[in-house]
Amino acid sequence: MTIDVPTTGRSLPQLQPISFIGADGRLTDTPTEGLRIPSDATLTGLYRQMVLVRRFEAQVTHLTRQGRLATYPSAAGQEAAEVGATTALAPNDWLFPTYRDSAALLTRGVPVAEILAAFRGDWHCGFDPHEYHTSPAATPLATQTLHATGFAMAAKLKGEDAATLTFLGDGASSEGDTHEAFNFASVWQTPTVFVLQNNQYAISTPLREQTNATMLADRAAGYGMPGLRVDGNDVAAVFAAVSAALARGRNGDGPTLIECLTYRMESHTNSDDPTKYRDTEEVEHWKQFDPIDRLEKYLRTTGALDDATVAEIAEAAETLAASVRDAMNQEAEVDPRELFAHVYSTPRTALAEQQQVLETELAAAGCA
Amino acid sequence: MSVEAGTEPTTDPTTDPTAVNDETATAASAKGDTAPGTARAPEAGPAPSSVTMTKALNHALRDSLADDDTVLIFGEDVGRLGGVFRVTEGLRAEFGSNRVWDSPLAESGIIGTAIGMAMNGMRPVVEMQFDAYAYPAFEQIVSHVAKMRNRTKGRVSLPITIRIPYAGDIGGVEHHSDSSEAYWTSTPGLTVVTPSNPADAYSLLRESIASDDPVVFMEPKSRYWMKETLSLPVSTAPMNRAQVIREGTDATLLAYGPTVRTALDSAEAGAEHGLSIEVIDLRTLSPFDDETVSQSVRKTSRAAIIHEAAQFGGYGAEVAARLTERNFTYLSAPILRVTGFDVPYPSPKLEEFYLPTIERVLDALESWDWEL
Ligand SMILES: Cc1ncc(C[n+]2csc(CCOP(=O)(O)OP(=O)(O)O)c2C)c(N)n1
Repeated sequence: MTIDVPTTGRSLPQLQPISFIGADGRLTDTPTEGLRIPSDATLTGLYRQMVLVRRFEAQVTHLTRQGRLATYPSAAGQEAAEVGATTALAPNDWLFPTYRDSAALLTRGVPVAEILAAFRGDWHCGFDPHEYHTSPAATPLATQTLHATGFAMAAKLKGEDAATLTFLGDGASSEGDTHEAFNFASVWQTPTVFVLQNNQYAISTPLREQTNATMLADRAAGYGMPGLRVDGNDVAAVFAAVSAALARGRNGDGPTLIECLTYRMESHTNSDDPTKYRDTEEVEHWKQFDPIDRLEKYLRTTGALDDATVAEIAEAAETLAASVRDAMNQEAEVDPRELFAHVYSTPRTALAEQQQVLETELAAAGCA
Repeated sequence: MSVEAGTEPTTDPTTDPTAVNDETATAASAKGDTAPGTARAPEAGPAPSSVTMTKALNHALRDSLADDDTVLIFGEDVGRLGGVFRVTEGLRAEFGSNRVWDSPLAESGIIGTAIGMAMNGMRPVVEMQFDAYAYPAFEQIVSHVAKMRNRTKGRVSLPITIRIPYAGDIGGVEHHSDSSEAYWTSTPGLTVVTPSNPADAYSLLRESIASDDPVVFMEPKSRYWMKETLSLPVSTAPMNRAQVIREGTDATLLAYGPTVRTALDSAEAGAEHGLSIEVIDLRTLSPFDDETVSQSVRKTSRAAIIHEAAQFGGYGAEVAARLTERNFTYLSAPILRVTGFDVPYPSPKLEEFYLPTIERVLDALESWDWEL
């Protein structure tokens, strides 16, 4: 008796992350898995967006320290993954972000005030998901990976030309939902790209205490989908890998897992003290791999960037920062009556009674 | 479309030996229960025939699939097998595997992907195989299904129907007989529905699927084989309304799903003791129909709620509190709860000692000081 052993389609990602542009700003000689480096024009656009995003993160972090926002999880240092992946999306594709992906929301075109509404405490989601083809940022870890999978499944059933992209962290990759999403997406062959931002920590827990796997991209093989390990601080590599994965999905070939190796430069949020779990040497080490510096070096050698363009982009970043300050300096308009407005599609008597309590209190406080 | 009458098979023990004790299930069906006449059949239509609750539910799913292309059914074993209780039987063959299919085995995955599908314009109707197996999906249900509309200021609604076969009295082994309604009813954003008879099962499920809000649709397993003479489609009282299913003047018994039968039997027994007992089938647990229930309690001045779930922090506590708050001066006795004990649902040989019985209901009624 012989047992049929299927041998096709099984491959593990290479250990060496896919990278085009090294930390020194020169082209690397690491394997690129048949991917092509984006054009200088595309790279210049990515550079510009990364500079904007970094300024945005710095400004918001600053405002959080001043107490203007209740909390903020910054993605400073992760600009290449946030921007590279999001830029690869077509307008019709949907993004399923988490709490740390404000940079992605900004890249997607969501206005700053609408991005920050959640962190200032105005409302849980400040933007219209349909308008930006972007789901509310999920806070329960890994839950959004399933939403992205389901959305893509519906797109597939409807014959829509839309793919989905979802971000998750190295910590979130330990959650059950991640595994369920990988499996559902692969069994259903949905056009979904899972971008796993391995920024080395889940709050204070380092990667080596999160997983015993050699690399997180390896997990894809167990679900029968391709996994790629990418230098997450090389925006050229992230953009190329995500573009290829989206094309694959749109082509009907199913999901892809992309692990982006990166580093979170700030604390987890403003409320933790990173010196308790990592040393400055480590942070300094990662600064050498800064995603913006290396791209700037590279684009200067190709001639795509000069001092004037860099200065113009820096100015645009200052304008953005000013708009963030303006938006956060304005008092948020919140209407307590909205507490009851969006719970059910049709009115409920019991809620109306409770709303009456609030109305009476508001009237007594002279807010009627 | 005609509805097949006859003895509906129980869960196939060869496919899920742990699911249901075959004998007990048949015994449940052999009780020969009939519905308390809530149905209003349309004037014209197919000739009435004997319909079990599973058939009525199956019919409702079929009609919903036929009426609306965005309705999708998926879950564990709901395709080829038709679900372990056969509620989805024949639907995959009729509508194809793009509308009805077997999903991988993962409850959070089922609910989580249903959320994404609903965001993209679909109306997923998903099955949790048994009550306690919805718990892996608890996070997706309470953190996302219930809250998405609110989080997005009404811009994203999730018209998802989550079918959960629940409660006991079928000889199921551990984790097959839980009554999880209190978890869902204390979650704002969810509508929680539970029919007690085939006509309501049909009508309420149609309404749940058509609702723009997510609905937890709880199917009382012990009533799956209950028969009623019906012409489907049928439209009963609207969702969100409780119904007085037996009139009385001395006391009100409130029940839902599996305990409606217990309440009716207790009222019957009470009549032998000279008591005139009103029985209300709540049908929808959230929202609670304060109006219908308060009206009855003001008339009778005494009320007891019967449910299978444990008592402490259970649904009955909410009912008792609401009724007291609204009707205190009309009450001549404390509102009582006749429920399961505060212990984990027991194994089959002990469930008869756990479940609320007619005797316990009568004991409760007797405990009131009728001289007052
Ligand atoms: C289900 C769940 N458990 C715990 C938390 C609290 N929490 C918020 S962020 C976080 C760490 C996540 O780490 P990772 O996935 O690596 O993402 P990162 O924050 O590094 O971007 C934890 C434990 C949560 N949000 N959700």
